[in-house]
Amino acid sequence: MNLVFYLLAALTIGGGLAAVLLKHLVHCALATTVAFAGLAMLFLQLDAQFAGFAQILVYIGAVAILIVFAILLTRGSELPKDGVFSRSWFVGLVIAAGVFAVLGWAVLESMRALPQQTAVPAVTVHDIGIALVGRYVLPLEIVALLLTAATIGAVIVAMHEKERPR
Amino acid sequence: MATSPLFTELDQIFIILRDWLVGFLPAALRPAAGVVLCVIIIVCLFPGLFALTTVFERKGLGRIQNRLGPNRVGPFGFFQPIADGIKSLTKEDIVPFSANAVVHFLAPLSLVVAVFMEFAVLPMGRNMVLVDMDAGLLFFFAMSASTELSVFMAGWSSRNKYSLLGAMRAVAQMISYEVVLLLSSVAVVMITGSLSLSTIVAAQNSYTGIFPHWYIFTPWGLAGFVMYAIAATAETNRSPFDLPEGESELVAGYHTEYSGFKFALFFLGEYLAMFAISGLGTTLFLGGWSAPLSFLTFIPSWIWFFSKVMLSIFVFIWMRGTLPRLRQDQLMNFAWKFCLPFTLLDLMVTALWRFMGEGWLRWVVSTAILALAYVLMGRMGMRKEHFGPRRYRYAE
Repeated sequence: MNLVFYLLAALTIGGGLAAVLLKHLVHCALATTVAFAGLAMLFLQLDAQFAGFAQILVYIGAVAILIVFAILLTRGSELPKDGVFSRSWFVGLVIAAGVFAVLGWAVLESMRALPQQTAVPAVTVHDIGIALVGRYVLPLEIVALLLTAATIGAVIVAMHEKERPR
Repeated sequence: MATSPLFTELDQIFIILRDWLVGFLPAALRPAAGVVLCVIIIVCLFPGLFALTTVFERKGLGRIQNRLGPNRVGPFGFFQPIADGIKSLTKEDIVPFSANAVVHFLAPLSLVVAVFMEFAVLPMGRNMVLVDMDAGLLFFFAMSASTELSVFMAGWSSRNKYSLLGAMRAVAQMISYEVVLLLSSVAVVMITGSLSLSTIVAAQNSYTGIFPHWYIFTPWGLAGFVMYAIAATAETNRSPFDLPEGESELVAGYHTEYSGFKFALFFLGEYLAMFAISGLGTTLFLGGWSAPLSFLTFIPSWIWFFSKVMLSIFVFIWMRGTLPRLRQDQLMNFAWKFCLPFTLLDLMVTALWRFMGEGWLRWVVSTAILALAYVLMGRMGMRKEHFGPRRYRYAE
C-alpha cells in the first residue's frame, strides 16, 4: 500500500459518493465516470493492463454514455422540486452496507483459503485470451448468449414502440 | 535490408538525439527524462502538424472549389495558422450565463488530454514508440472511447439546443461506428496474435520479391481497411459524416457556445484525433513505418510513417471537398445494416484465412466470399431505393 493507492482510492470513493449525493442527475453520471476511471487506474496500478483498459473502454466509453443518454432521453435532466433523495434512503443504506459486508468477508476469507502469493504473477493479454477460449469458454458463451438475448429484447421493445401509432 | 551505418543513424536519429540529450543528466534520472522528452516532442510536433494541415486543408478545399484559399498572411498564406492562433488566444472567453461552468470548462481539456494519450502507443518509426504496451491497441481504443464523454459534456453544459443536438448526434454516431472500427481492427489482431502495435508492424515488415506483406494487400485486409476508413471518418466527424457540426443545420454542433482558446482546443482535438486514427490505420493495415517497396528501405522509417499519415489526411480533405453530407437515418442504416454485418463477415473470412494455410486457394475463397457478400448486401440494401430521373415538386 502506497501513496498512489490511497490517492486512487480517495478518487474512486469520492466519485462514488458524489454520484450518490449530488443533486443534478447528469452531474451524478459524470461523477460515476470519475469512480470508473479511479477503478481502472487501480487495476493499472496492480499491473492488470487488460482489465484496466477494458474497464475504461466498456465503462467510460459505453456504460457512462448509455447512462447520460438515458437521462437525456427520459427528460430526467430537469431538477425535481421536492428533493432528489428517496424517503427510504436508510433502508438502502442498510442493504448496501450488508452487501458490502458480505463481499468484504468473502474477499478476506479467500485470502486465507488461497496460499499467499509473494511473486507478482505475470499475466499477459495472450494468457487471458487463451484462458477465455480454453478453460472459461462456457461462461464466455453463456454471457454472449445473454447479451445477444438482451440486444434482441431491446430491438423488440424499440420496434413495438414504432408500430403503435398505425 | 540496408545495413550501412549512415542509414541506421538517419533511421534512429531521434533515438540517438534523445540518448545524447539525456546523457547530460545523472544516471538515476535518465529513464524518466527520456520519457518526458518524448512527451514534449509529441505535444509539440502534432499541434505543429495540425497548424500545417489547416493551411493545406483550406488551400486544398479552395483548389477543389476553384478559388485561391488563404493567400494574404506570409508567402502563399502559410503564416495563416499563426495569425489564427494569436486571434484565438486574444479573443474573449465567453461562458454562457446559464451554462454549467465547471463541466463547460472541463470538456475541452478532457478531450485534448485523451486524444494526446492516443499517441503514446503509436509506433512512429523503428524503435520510436513512447510506451510499447502489451495491450497497446486496447489502450488506444480506451482513450478514443473516452473522448465521447467530453463531446457530450461540451454539448450538455452549454445549455444550447444546437449544442445538445450536436452532441447527441455526435455521440450516437461515434458509438455506432466505434463498433465497426473495433471489429475491423480485431481481424488484424486475429492474424498477428498480438495487441501490441509494434508487433503488428513487425509482422508486416517483410517482403516477397519487392512487394511488402502489408495487411491491406490481402482480401480480408482490404475489406477491413475499407471498413476501418469509413468508421474512422465517422469517428472523427469528418465529411461526409459531419452531421454533428453541419453548419447549415446546427451552427457548429457541440462547440457552438465555445469561443477563444477553448474553441481552439476543440479544433485541435478534432485534428489530433484525425492524426491518431490515421496513424492507427497506417499501423494496422498499411505496414506502419515499413517501406512500400523493398528497395526503398534506405529511406528512414519515420519518413514513411508520417508520409502515410499525411496521405490519409489528404484523402480526408479530398473527401470533404467532394462528397455531400449524409442524412441521419442514412448514417445509422449504413452503420448497422451494412458496415456491421460486413465487418462480422470479414472476421469470419479472416478466421478462414488463418486456418486454410498457405497457398492460392485461400486467396480465391476469401475474395469470392467477400465480393459476393458485398454485391448481395449492396443489392439488398438498395432494393427499396428508386433510382433514375427525379421529380421535384417545388422546383419545376
